[in-house]
Amino acid sequence: MAEIALETHGLTMRFGGVVAADRVDFRLQARELRCLIGPNGAGKSTFFKCITGLQSPSEGEVWMRGIETTGWMPHQVASLGVGIKTQTPNVLDSLSVHENVWLAARRFHGAREADRKTREVIDLLDLGAIAKDGLGRLAHGERQRVELGLVAAGDPWLILLDEPAAGLGAEDVERLTGIIRELNRQATLVIVEHDMQFIRSIAETVTVFHQGKVLMEGHVDRVMSDPVVRNVYLGRKA
Amino acid sequence: MPGGLTRDAVTIALVTGVLIWVLPLIVGTYTLTVLAIYGMLGLSLGLIWGFGGILCFGQAAFFGLGAYAYAIFAINIGESTVPMILAVLVPAVFAALLGAMMFYGRLGDVYLGVITLVVTLILYKVVNSTAGPQYVIGNARLGGFNGIPGFPTLNVPGTPDAYIWGDRYFHVCAVLLGLVYMLVTALLRSSFGRIAVGIRENETRMSLMGYDVRARKTAMFAIGAGIAGLAGGLFANWAEIVTPSLFSLGQSAEIIIWCIVGGLGTRLGPVLGAAGLAYLKFLLGQQAVIDNALVTGLVLVLFVLFLPKGVVPALSDLWSAGIGRIRPGRIGRRRQPRRRGWPNG
Repeated sequence: MAEIALETHGLTMRFGGVVAADRVDFRLQARELRCLIGPNGAGKSTFFKCITGLQSPSEGEVWMRGIETTGWMPHQVASLGVGIKTQTPNVLDSLSVHENVWLAARRFHGAREADRKTREVIDLLDLGAIAKDGLGRLAHGERQRVELGLVAAGDPWLILLDEPAAGLGAEDVERLTGIIRELNRQATLVIVEHDMQFIRSIAETVTVFHQGKVLMEGHVDRVMSDPVVRNVYLGRKA
Repeated sequence: MPGGLTRDAVTIALVTGVLIWVLPLIVGTYTLTVLAIYGMLGLSLGLIWGFGGILCFGQAAFFGLGAYAYAIFAINIGESTVPMILAVLVPAVFAALLGAMMFYGRLGDVYLGVITLVVTLILYKVVNSTAGPQYVIGNARLGGFNGIPGFPTLNVPGTPDAYIWGDRYFHVCAVLLGLVYMLVTALLRSSFGRIAVGIRENETRMSLMGYDVRARKTAMFAIGAGIAGLAGGLFANWAEIVTPSLFSLGQSAEIIIWCIVGGLGTRLGPVLGAAGLAYLKFLLGQQAVIDNALVTGLVLVLFVLFLPKGVVPALSDLWSAGIGRIRPGRIGRRRQPRRRGWPNG
């Protein structure tokens, strides 16, 4: 059996009377790429935040590579070798692209090695032309790409991305697809996403959330054609 | 970049040397000494606020603690070397404890401001109310609002009878300011300093990268307090008395104004702001027409309105604009690749 990269048992998150995530059991093999989908308010982002430590779950357990990480702080989760991109862009605005990536690389490498790693990531994500520019002056697509660079710079074995394609144009989404495939060669990925076209182009297995629970899990084609899923999620769009 | 650091160190040493030689020709060394001390105090807040993103309303508390620590230990020990070291350590340890409480408690910036302000007030009140003879630490009477006078001033390390005063004391303060400036420069070039600036920019991102923001902010806060404490110890030697007014809110507010006027996010700005405004205050103190606080307030308002970035950033912008005009080709080339990838134009 392959190694389990990420696992949750009965993960529950309550906000007052609202149960945003309801006894979620989730299991992910190493090197898998899993998309989490579901309508707005289905609990995807809450689930995501409970895994990354941005929120602490009310009940249940989170395990990463056999280590229990329930209730850890984000920096502890990240220190395990987990790369995280939040829903809203989180970058260091007044610093250059190079400095942004360097700081991400420095966490896991010595200063000199971080210099080398930074060049590598800048090449990988094709950021050379804007390496000296401040993040605050970049376009949205470029900022998203830099944030992926920050994630990649730590050589993570588990990557958690919350809506990486949000607000991107077609050209950028295509580029993003390539980058995600590249990252997936080394790492397990969990991607929360709305863009169905993008999901079809990268995912094999998807997990559908609905009202805080896992509604269904399976191959993307089977899930998309399932009448129940179409009803709760896709049905509204059609 | 060790080569860059050496060059910076040489520049700082040369500039310090030239200023020590030139400035006494214009201003008396007694005044210059306190300007150098205030410059160091300004730099301490400039470091933690401008680079660490920690707005501390109580930098005067650390300054005062440094001064009191020096005075109390100097009376008890009878010489100045150990008290001077303690003037740095006592505020640094105090700040580490206070910082740990605030940062590990995940308090927001507003509460941080409130707490540092209140701690300053508490220290002021406490020290002010220690007038009775029962308030002694060793041989040192705290003296309440009268303060502590008559402690041994700075001597040559190892020789308690060889006091350092007058011009020589100015040299000591100026050289120490230069050294602290070098230390801050080295710190900001180091990984620790670069990470601190990253934390100033975006705490969430830095913690998602795996950095323990709480520990790093606490460390930065303690370093800033240590520098303020050193300035406090030097001030005690200069004034030859320490009083509770060192902890006053007015003092704290002034340090913040120095940083704003001089320019946040620079090393030189807070030093220049401190020395400049303190000198202005000194000049104004010689006349009785306008109130000092009024002028300081007016300066702050004018800067916030017309030069919000402060003197040093404005000058360096002006400087780089001048360079840009000489070599327009280079700037033009760098602008080109910027708009790529924008989704809807």
